[in-house]
Amino acid sequence: MSENNKATEQAAPAKPKRPKPKSMIMLNEQTAALAENTRKAKEKGEKIGWSTSIFPQEIPEALGLYIQYPENVGAGIAARKQADPYLQTAEGPLEYNNDICSYAKINLAYAEAMNEGGTLVMPDFLLVANNICNQVTKWFENLSKTLNIPLFMIDTCYNSEDYVTESRVKYIRSQLDQCIKDLCEFTGKEWDEKRFIEVMDISAKNKELWIRANELLANEPAPMNGFELFNYMSTMVCNRGKASTTEILTQLNNEIDEHLKNGTSTYPVEQQYRIFWDGIACWPYLGHNLRTLKQYGINMVGSGYVKAWALDYESNDLDGMAKAYSYCPANNNNMSTFIKRRADAIKQFNCDGVIFHINRACKVMDCQQLEAHRRISEITGVPYVGFDGDQADYRNFSEAQFETRIQGLVEVMKARKEAQNNG
Amino acid sequence: MYTLGIDIGSTSSDAVVMRDGRDIIAASVVSLGAGTIGPQLAYEKVLKEAKITAEDIGGAVATGYGRKTCDYAAKDLSELTCHAKGIHFLIPTARTVIDIGGQDAKVLQIGAQGQLMNFAMNDKCAAGTGRFLEVMAKVLNVKIEDMGSLSMKAKEPVSISNTCTVFAESEVISQLSSKKDIADIAAGIHRSVAKRVAGMAMRVGKQPDVAMSGGVALNAGIVKALEEELNTSILVHPYCQLAGAIGAAMAAWEDIREEGKG
Ligand code: SF4
Repeated sequence: MSENNKATEQAAPAKPKRPKPKSMIMLNEQTAALAENTRKAKEKGEKIGWSTSIFPQEIPEALGLYIQYPENVGAGIAARKQADPYLQTAEGPLEYNNDICSYAKINLAYAEAMNEGGTLVMPDFLLVANNICNQVTKWFENLSKTLNIPLFMIDTCYNSEDYVTESRVKYIRSQLDQCIKDLCEFTGKEWDEKRFIEVMDISAKNKELWIRANELLANEPAPMNGFELFNYMSTMVCNRGKASTTEILTQLNNEIDEHLKNGTSTYPVEQQYRIFWDGIACWPYLGHNLRTLKQYGINMVGSGYVKAWALDYESNDLDGMAKAYSYCPANNNNMSTFIKRRADAIKQFNCDGVIFHINRACKVMDCQQLEAHRRISEITGVPYVGFDGDQADYRNFSEAQFETRIQGLVEVMKARKEAQNNG
Repeated sequence: MYTLGIDIGSTSSDAVVMRDGRDIIAASVVSLGAGTIGPQLAYEKVLKEAKITAEDIGGAVATGYGRKTCDYAAKDLSELTCHAKGIHFLIPTARTVIDIGGQDAKVLQIGAQGQLMNFAMNDKCAAGTGRFLEVMAKVLNVKIEDMGSLSMKAKEPVSISNTCTVFAESEVISQLSSKKDIADIAAGIHRSVAKRVAGMAMRVGKQPDVAMSGGVALNAGIVKALEEELNTSILVHPYCQLAGAIGAAMAAWEDIREEGKG
């Protein structure tokens, strides 16, 4: 039943809380270990880095450097509903504009004024790859200036074509070579080619495991609540080149396989609709969003994150790596790549509808989204809805508007299903 | 069998009692929306007008912004589906429905049975909504219900280019202070709303017949501006304001029939 039937809602008995799966416990341990190890390394005088989320982490990992990821920490702060003082500080005393990315606002406030006792250890250097957006360039440049620390940057350029041109491969490759040299010089670490290859192999394995876990949701009914996969993303952002990630993702895959074998799912109610979610989660309202979707039996089975780390390159092939880091991220692409990836995923996951998060923080994601809505719907024949939100600034979202739009989408999906069933 | 539909909007509450999903027995419109006594008043008024009591109602469905707060309704539905059903009842040939609500403007594409096939809604911004019109009417010191007839007297509509309600408000004030004709300003305001909504209609596809739903449809100036923007004629039923509530009452009737009680 697609509508909100109050009688059924009231009659439903409260379900006991599900124990945390082992993979989630392992993930939490990994997150805590990264924070703790980074803190200890800093105490010992090691140089600590902050990085953007899709930087070629194989390089700092091979050097044994401790790296933390402000975007990931910003998401956590927002999800715990603790973003307000950071946002106020960024827009108040620090005089940043309300319109900049909310991850940047949180992190700039953290770095410049509010880092006492936080999980991010203050950095000695910065790593930036603008393969997610160009906003990170300015954000990290500001950090570099105010903290007076060096910034190592890989400029990947926007993907105006549907492929990466040879000249761009050369351009990025030369930056990778330079970055290795510069980081060695700055940190005093020695480059170890064997270790680099090892990290590349681990990263490739982790990429495969991540994609596999996501693709298992193409099964019907999906063996997992898609929103839960958002939680596991942090292992791909923060620890993509580590063996501990292989363990977590292997465990996660085993758990999903087990659900498939038993015909069970972590999705708590009967799955009536399968949707594709485009864009970052609306972290401050994740619980609300999930509850709203659950009310109608909507499971998010596909998202833009399935292939966000599909960094395909052969071991020790730096040209391939240059190409992969330029092309792979979900945002930095021209219209035709943007549309094709989403349309393919909507078909692969057999989605009944699409929810587009029109994310006020992330301009690069939004700039072509409206036109993409229309064209993707034309290609797939699947209905969609867009809602205004913000991944981390809780002030840019309206619960009532979200609820109306989702209910409307459900009513359209229901009418279409009925029309199909009646021939 | 009587069914009741109530549309609890952000600025008004409309209720309808129907018999057998076919005849409108009574209707009420109260200019107070969700969170006020408006919904209760609309409910009491419609029962009184229908000369029935709550016990005589076989089923009720709530819709609109405050739909989740209505405890006597067995179910709530989005205003999208209810406007689609309601307009289909009033104008069976309609395939595109434009509704400018207090908080949300929307364009619906509906099927031959009145089912909702597709829709587009405004973004979070108030531009192109009923609230925008209310703010502008206040600046002009004109009653909202008089805006339509006023704008029909326009000779040279002014251009209101800001989408932001606050900026558009200061634009209107500056037009007033430069002694522009108030009818021309009212027409300019309607055109600005029509432009926003027409964009949505283009996205959904303006399949004929195009009809307008909701209270704003009673504003002839908006209808005219929309007709010009969309280059098509727009059908307006005298009961357009009740379309959401009618759709809700019909949904209640359909549920009863499905359960075999009707
Ligand atoms: S959310 Fe968007 S704007 Fe912010 S860092 Fe990520 S890609 Fe850049």
